[in-house]
Amino acid sequence: MVLLQRPHILLLLIGTHQFLQCWIAFGSVNEEGQKQEEFSEELLLKPLPDHKLLAHFHFQSSGPPSTSNGCHHHLFPKAISQLVQKFRIKEMELSFTKGRWNYESWGGFDPLSSSNAKPPGVELWAVFDVPQHHIDASWKNLTHTLSGLFCASINFLESTATYSTPEWSFPPASGNVRYGTLPCEAVCTENLTPWLKLLPCRDKAGIALLLDRPSLYRGFYHSQQLHLTSTGSSSEGIDSGIILEQTLTVVLQPNSEMAIEVHASEKHIQPSWSLSSIFGKQVSGRCVLAKPSSVYLLLDRGLSAANGLTSENFWSNPSFELSANPDRIFLEESSSHSKSLSILYMFQVEKYCESEPFDIGLMWKVPVAWLCQQTPLHASRFLMGSGNERAAIAISLKSTQFTEGFMSANSKDGSCELRVDVFQVVPWYVKVYFHSLRVFVDQQPRAVSDIIEKIHVSPSKDKMSPGVMEVVLKLPCRVNTAALTIEFDKGFLRIDEYLPDANQGFDIPSAIISFPNFHASMVFLEDDSLNKSPLLSKFQEKCPVMSYTEVLLVPLTTPDFSMPYNVITITCTVFALYFGSLLNVLQRRVAEEERFLKAKAAKKTGRLPLLLSKLSAKLRGSGINQN
Amino acid sequence: MAETKEKSLSDEKPKPRVRPIVRLGIFLISHSFHFSVVCCTAGVLALFLLPVLAKNTYISENALMPGSASPMLSNQHVSDGNRLVKDLTNPNSKSSETGIESHKIIAQYMLDLGAEVSFHKFHPQMNQFHPLHFFSSPDSGKIQENYSCSSYGINTVGIIRAPHGDGKEAIVLVTPYNALKSGFGEALSLGIAYSVFSLLTQVTWLAKDIIWLVADSQYGEYAAVAAWLREYQTPKFSSLSTPNAEMCPDVNNLFELKGHSISGSKFSNSFRRAGTMASALVLKVRDQNEQFEDTISIYAEASNGQMPNLDLINVVNYLAVHRQGLRVNVEKLWSLLNSSWLKSLGEIFESLAKVAKSLYPKWKFGIPATEYVEGTATLASSLYYQALGVPTGPHGAFRDYQVDAITLEISPKFSLDKVWRNDILLRGGRLIEGVIRSVNNLLEKFHQSFFLYLLTSPSKFVSVGVYMIAFALLIAPLPMVAASLYVDANSSSNCSKGDSSTPSAITDTDEHSIAIRSWRWLNSAKLVFIVHLWGAIVSLLPYFISQIPDCSPTTSFMIWVLLSILSLLTLNSVLASPLACAKATQEKEWALVKSVTISSVFIGLGLMSVINFATAEIGALLMVPMCLLAQPLKLDVRAGTLRSFCRMICNLVLGHIAFPPAAFFLLKGMLDGFGNANVGDFWMWVESLWAWNSATYLFIGMVQLPCWVLCISILFHTC
Repeated sequence: MVLLQRPHILLLLIGTHQFLQCWIAFGSVNEEGQKQEEFSEELLLKPLPDHKLLAHFHFQSSGPPSTSNGCHHHLFPKAISQLVQKFRIKEMELSFTKGRWNYESWGGFDPLSSSNAKPPGVELWAVFDVPQHHIDASWKNLTHTLSGLFCASINFLESTATYSTPEWSFPPASGNVRYGTLPCEAVCTENLTPWLKLLPCRDKAGIALLLDRPSLYRGFYHSQQLHLTSTGSSSEGIDSGIILEQTLTVVLQPNSEMAIEVHASEKHIQPSWSLSSIFGKQVSGRCVLAKPSSVYLLLDRGLSAANGLTSENFWSNPSFELSANPDRIFLEESSSHSKSLSILYMFQVEKYCESEPFDIGLMWKVPVAWLCQQTPLHASRFLMGSGNERAAIAISLKSTQFTEGFMSANSKDGSCELRVDVFQVVPWYVKVYFHSLRVFVDQQPRAVSDIIEKIHVSPSKDKMSPGVMEVVLKLPCRVNTAALTIEFDKGFLRIDEYLPDANQGFDIPSAIISFPNFHASMVFLEDDSLNKSPLLSKFQEKCPVMSYTEVLLVPLTTPDFSMPYNVITITCTVFALYFGSLLNVLQRRVAEEERFLKAKAAKKTGRLPLLLSKLSAKLRGSGINQN
Repeated sequence: MAETKEKSLSDEKPKPRVRPIVRLGIFLISHSFHFSVVCCTAGVLALFLLPVLAKNTYISENALMPGSASPMLSNQHVSDGNRLVKDLTNPNSKSSETGIESHKIIAQYMLDLGAEVSFHKFHPQMNQFHPLHFFSSPDSGKIQENYSCSSYGINTVGIIRAPHGDGKEAIVLVTPYNALKSGFGEALSLGIAYSVFSLLTQVTWLAKDIIWLVADSQYGEYAAVAAWLREYQTPKFSSLSTPNAEMCPDVNNLFELKGHSISGSKFSNSFRRAGTMASALVLKVRDQNEQFEDTISIYAEASNGQMPNLDLINVVNYLAVHRQGLRVNVEKLWSLLNSSWLKSLGEIFESLAKVAKSLYPKWKFGIPATEYVEGTATLASSLYYQALGVPTGPHGAFRDYQVDAITLEISPKFSLDKVWRNDILLRGGRLIEGVIRSVNNLLEKFHQSFFLYLLTSPSKFVSVGVYMIAFALLIAPLPMVAASLYVDANSSSNCSKGDSSTPSAITDTDEHSIAIRSWRWLNSAKLVFIVHLWGAIVSLLPYFISQIPDCSPTTSFMIWVLLSILSLLTLNSVLASPLACAKATQEKEWALVKSVTISSVFIGLGLMSVINFATAEIGALLMVPMCLLAQPLKLDVRAGTLRSFCRMICNLVLGHIAFPPAAFFLLKGMLDGFGNANVGDFWMWVESLWAWNSATYLFIGMVQLPCWVLCISILFHTC
């Protein structure tokens, strides 16, 4: 029986394979010679200095403008293309993040960190291609759509008090951009599943197979992004091409269960890892729809320098051992400002199949220590002051001493300046006094006009719009520390304006600190451009270095939330007393009462008056006695 | 109103119906004597009943869930902690004069765990008298000119970032440590903190960052913690040209640590922060202990009688008693424990409760007499420390920034073997772990349970709703007596005049005189105002006296007393003399003065009860009887009855007791014995009060002292 069945299965397999191939061919080759829909899946692994590992999944689908197929797509998710068409989105980025990006040990100067380090919670920005007065309506509809699409409370960004319009400091500078964050949004698998549904193979095949939920959410940082760019002009109403980038960046601790033993025995040796030990899964072949399907291992500049790797000896490396042979090795194009170069090992998943799954491991042989390249200034933000009335926000910038050489190279005729852009959104209940902005450079108070080159402020309106502050600072290159402080009053909210869990405090979203003079890019020497990887080409783009500060928690005065009951009770009592006495006064006629009393006195009957008079006599008597 | 009533009564007309509320008021005023006796007795009785009325504590916030997770602190962590204790008590580490070596050891241990470490250098700030700083929030502190390299402290701070958290909140663990002369207890407290810290670097449930502050206590525990908090909450960005700690060679020496650490990026000499502080625990281990059990003492009182949320104490108490088998202690007044009158009072209450229970089985409010005595001793110390307004430990610094904090002092039964040490490390560590885990569970800040309470035992409390009754009963007679005195003073002269003139000749002149008479109280009010003004001056005087260099406490106190008397005489001669002319109409002058005094005392006590209840309560116990009883001695002597004699004696005794220095010495004598009482002690006590910005100082200066002076002036009134 078994012998008989086998050929059938084989036949079936061949059949499906051929069919699939035909189908792909049909999908990719268009009669009119237009660009085809493409999908790529890539995974980048990067060891981090503090014994952790960064895994960066990058999926890119591109849907070219297609007039022939109408609104039908082969690979591209229909939901996204409809979204783009409906709201005329030029560019959009949505990120769900849990945990904090550690700028000090994970770096902030490479394209990976400057585009994938995101503030905790949800961040959404979008650029619309609609007339100015339609933007807000589009944004509101977009938030609701995304909220439904990703099972998240993005719809809270609908209210005008939560989103803002950056004028020029936000990197994708354009007038039509809208920006909003939800710092306290919890990110969970229910946000990941709809995100995976946008992939043609979901997580059933290819690199996405590695996305094992428990190991992902055990990580130290988890950021899931969706980046949309529509190419080509669409103002004429023609369907435009869309590029959808889905990235997932996780920072994981390799063999966390063995951490104690490693810690005890060999403190400084980096933990060895393999894909199966981190994710508990292996890649059994590519997603058949993915054109390039590859895994990269990136050793950044610091690491390759620490290993003594140069362009000559990276093949024979003594300090670590890879469990699989890389298919190709890329070297970074040497640049002027750093001697060491990053090295990229590439593995093609296509070669592997079910019987021989892909699993790459890295074994360290000697202890290595290195530092990641950091942003020119390390930014941190904190609250100052005490009490429920006033406080201050302070943004402190500290030189990392890392890019000093770079900066001096950048200087022109001795007066070198470092430009820093600060973009800060504050909710309306934090009433910022913009006049109280103070600048300290190297522990000396400086006049605001000396340091700040450009400032744009839009004050908050109660319950209407948040306060936005955009500042361009010009700091001297040799600056060690700089600080910005700005004072605010803590607002007094109405009971219905408090969020749930009001006693936790209110969040001030992260400020964005960007360094427009610096661009993080990584250009690798490639000999053939045929097999161009979207991930690598993204690395080559010049993106400005930027970092996010911490989210702040402002404790506001909270009422006792049983207060409405108390207020109702007290108000009712007061009203009852007031109306009672008012009615009493209105009802009574003074003369009539006297007449009534006289009549009673004439009658001289009844025990009550007698008692009363006795009592009064007693009262008077006692009063006199005391005297 | 009383006048209209009397008029109507005298007219013999049929009486119009008076509103019941007005009648009640009149009744109370006319019976103010009985009323005040009943109320004051009830007030004092209610105070003594508080231990009986105390409720059991319960954990109000559901999210805390103390003890629901089994402790994860294992022997591995304990041995880690033991290693640190050994390294710290090792004589080699004490070779350095400034104790920098031990700070380096601690920092290195923290770094090895993967925590972020930084040193915080601070100069101890001298406590200074700022007359207007009583209610202001803590500021960033003045820069003092006389900084020298020799006097600075170093706090070592380690921070664990919660792996999944968003870093908005932090929990602080403080261990005071004096590197120069540390006892074994301090090293042990560091060991406990370290074992917890090493556990917390590995756990995955952490949602809030953990800050471990090793506070350099060579200039006092409070000063170190306060300096760190000041830097955390209100940092100075601009440094003036004062010599900085960076210039001192020793401090630079500290940062050599960076060189030989492999994970160098985790160490920085800049100040490191985590988010908003959710709560703080101060951990101490006492060196010597006479007790036979491992006990843990909780100190909670912060400045001006502020208390942390009761839930924090509940969590510690629950975990210590039900999970770790430690005995929990709250401060007691030990001298009260052996007092026989309290015991008999307790027995009376107990027997009363028995009787009540036999009458109706559902009435179960009695507690055993021994428990009552203990409860009263705890309650008294709770009242005393709250009234003092001086924090009982380093946790007080946190309360100034609205952070709930308590000090835990573990006093182990004294023995030196290793098993015992491991046991203390394990149990203490598990207790701290449990508390941190509970606080970590909190989504909101502490707000569910009480902030205003008095403890009668670690697991029993009296809430504000109950203890206010005693105070309200005490001060309730004050307005009544004031009103009745006012009415008396007016009506008595009214009556005497009314008798002389014929009833038919009620002319406008009489009305005019009534109008004048009804404004007579303004004279007394003026006097009272002057005395209160004097009180304000007296309470400002120490600021100037403290500027005099090289002054012993005794001489300072003497100068203070002299200046006070001088200023009283001056004020009296300048402002009060024009009043003395209208002597003829003033036979009831003292009654009016008393009435206004009582009103002002009522206002003062009422205000103080909002600021610091315990001070107001103790003040009311002293002042209310004195105010109510005050009557010119001459009158009593003239009357010569037994009642007036008693009153005279009471007046004299109260007049002595209620004088603030006298009250202080009496209390001190009761607590420590009268042998070593010194005049300068009072000055030192007052100094400590204003150094801690205690509102009690203002109360004594501006309410109690003027009240005492006015009462004395009434006693010696010539009428």
